[in-house]
Amino acid sequence: MTELTNLKVAEIRDGHRAGDFSAVEVAEAFNANVAGAKALNAFIVETPEHAIAAAKTADADRAAGTLKPLSGVPIGMKDLFATNGVQTTAASHMLEGFVPRYESTVSAKLWDAGCGMLGKLNLDQFAMGSSNETSYFGNVISPWKRNDGGNAALAPGGSSGGSSSAIAARLCPAATGTDTGGSIRQPAAFVGISGIKPTYGRCSRWGIVAFASSLDQAGPMARDVKDCAIMLENMAGFDPKDATSLNMAVPNWEAALSSDLKGKKVGIPREYRLEGIDPEIDAMWDAGIAMLKDAGAEVVEISLPHTKYALPTYYIIAPAEASSNLARYDGVRYGLRDLPQGAGLQDMYAATRADGFGPEVKRRIMIGTYVLSAGFYDAYYTQAQKVRTLIARDFEQAFASCDVILAPTAPSAAFGLGEKTADPLSMYLNDVFAVPASLAGLPAMSVPAALNREGLPLGLQIIGKAFDEQGVLNAGLAIEERAGFNARADKWW
Amino acid sequence: MSIDQATVRKIASLARIAISDAEAAAMEGELNGILGWVEQLGEVDVTGVEPMTAVIPNTLRLRDDVVDADPLTGGNRRDDILANAPAPQHGFFGVPKVIE
Repeated sequence: MTELTNLKVAEIRDGHRAGDFSAVEVAEAFNANVAGAKALNAFIVETPEHAIAAAKTADADRAAGTLKPLSGVPIGMKDLFATNGVQTTAASHMLEGFVPRYESTVSAKLWDAGCGMLGKLNLDQFAMGSSNETSYFGNVISPWKRNDGGNAALAPGGSSGGSSSAIAARLCPAATGTDTGGSIRQPAAFVGISGIKPTYGRCSRWGIVAFASSLDQAGPMARDVKDCAIMLENMAGFDPKDATSLNMAVPNWEAALSSDLKGKKVGIPREYRLEGIDPEIDAMWDAGIAMLKDAGAEVVEISLPHTKYALPTYYIIAPAEASSNLARYDGVRYGLRDLPQGAGLQDMYAATRADGFGPEVKRRIMIGTYVLSAGFYDAYYTQAQKVRTLIARDFEQAFASCDVILAPTAPSAAFGLGEKTADPLSMYLNDVFAVPASLAGLPAMSVPAALNREGLPLGLQIIGKAFDEQGVLNAGLAIEERAGFNARADKWW
Repeated sequence: MSIDQATVRKIASLARIAISDAEAAAMEGELNGILGWVEQLGEVDVTGVEPMTAVIPNTLRLRDDVVDADPLTGGNRRDDILANAPAPQHGFFGVPKVIE
C-alpha cells in the first residue's frame, strides 16, 4: 500500500470511502509525521487526539453509510482561527494561553465536513510577515534546502509558513491559510504547493484573529489544484455573523474543474516585468504562458498602470486597519496583562502592549497610528484609499479584455532565514506581485511551476475576476498538468 | 516629511505601547524609511477619485430583531466571556483602580 501520508485530500477521501484503509490509520500516520518533525517547528500545538476522534467518527460513519464530504481527512489549522478548547495565539505572546470558548466559522465548517485537526500551525505574529520569522514561538523552517551543498535554513514564506512547511513535509495533506497581502500564495510558492485566496467575502472572517479587515481572507493550501477546490468548497459560504460575508451559493468547484481553456483569454500584465528581477522568474513566467497557450487559451498583453503603487498603498491601509483592530489587546478582557507595581490603567495598557507584541507588530501599529492621526489622515490614509480605487479599476479595465491574469507569485525563490530581517522594506517588497489582487479583493492562486537552479520551487500566480474562483482553478489546473511538478524536499528533519 | 524621536514617542503613546529611549531611536529610522517610501503615493493624480470603502460590492444587512437569534453571538455567556480574562472579579473584568 502507498504510504498514507503521501496521499492527497481527494485520494484520502476516496480511498477511505472505498474501504482501502481506515480513517484511524490515516490519522495515526499523520500524527506520527507531525510528532517526528519538531525540527520544522510548524505546529504551535499538536492535537493528535482531535484527529483520532474525528477519524473514529469517520470510520463509524462509513459503517453506517453516513459519510460526510471530507470524512477521514486530517488537516492542519493555522493558529489564527479560533478553535473551541484549543489554544489560539496568532503566534503572539499577547494571546499565549488564550483558549477560545467558541469555534471560528471556517474551522467549524471543516469539522462539520468530517475533517480532523492535527494541530494549530505556526505563522507570523498576527499574520504580519513574509517569512514566518516574527512568530513568538520561533521560526518555522522550510523542508527545502538549496542544492549547493550548504545547509542554510530557508524561510517557508509567510504568514502561513506553518501551513506551507507542514504540507510540503507531508505532515498534513492540506491546511487552512489566510491571505491579507499574499500570505497564502507566497508561502505556497516557496515550498512547491498550491494555495488559493478566494474573492473577498467568500470565507467568513468570524473567529479569525483580525489583522486588516478589508483585506483578510481565508483559503486552503494543499498539494494540488483539485484538493484546493475540495477544501475551498468546505470552507466558503455565507455567514450572517460576518458583515462582509458574500450571500452567494458556493459553487461545486471540484466537479467543474477543466483544464481545457479554449475560448479563454489570459492577460499578461506588462507592469509585472520588473527591472532587475531574477531572469529565472521571467523564464518561468514565459513557460507558464506557453502552457496556457497549449491548453487552448489566447494570450493578450494587458496593462495595470498603478501596479507600482500597490505595495505603498498596502503598507498604509493594512497597518491602519491593524492599529485599529489590535487596539482590543488591552490586558483587560483576554490575553496577557502586564501590571507593573503601583501602575494605573494607562500604564497597564502600555506595559501589556509593549510586552505582548513583537517588533514587527509594534512597527505596523505605530505606522497605522501615525497615518490615522489628526493632520496626517488625509495625506496618507485617504490618499491610499483613493489609489486603492485606481488599482481595483485597473483590474476591472483589464478584465474587459481577458478572463484571467497570469503572473509570478513572488519575485524570488525562498530566501534564507535572517537574510531580510534587518530591513523591513526589503521584506515587504517580496509581496510585490501578491498585494495588488488583495487590494482589489480578487481570487488568486499560486501553483508550483518549476525548480530554479538552486533546486528550489517557483510558483505561478493566476488572478481572476471577482467570484470567478472556477476560472482561476481551471487555469491553475492547466499549468499543473503541463508543469508536471512533483519534486519534494528530501527528508532531513 | 520625516519624524523625530519626540514624534515616535507621541505615536507610541497614542498606540499605548511603552517604549524605551533605545527603541524610540531605532524606530525613528525604521519608520522614516517606511514613511519615506509610502510617500510616493502623493504623486498619483486622484482628482475625482472616491476613496474605496468596500472592495467587493455588498449591501449591509439588517438582521431580524430577535434576542439571541444566533446563540454564538447572543447573550447569557458571561462565564464564557470571562473565561480568558486575566483578572475577573465578581463576574466582571477587573482593572486597576481608576478613581481616587
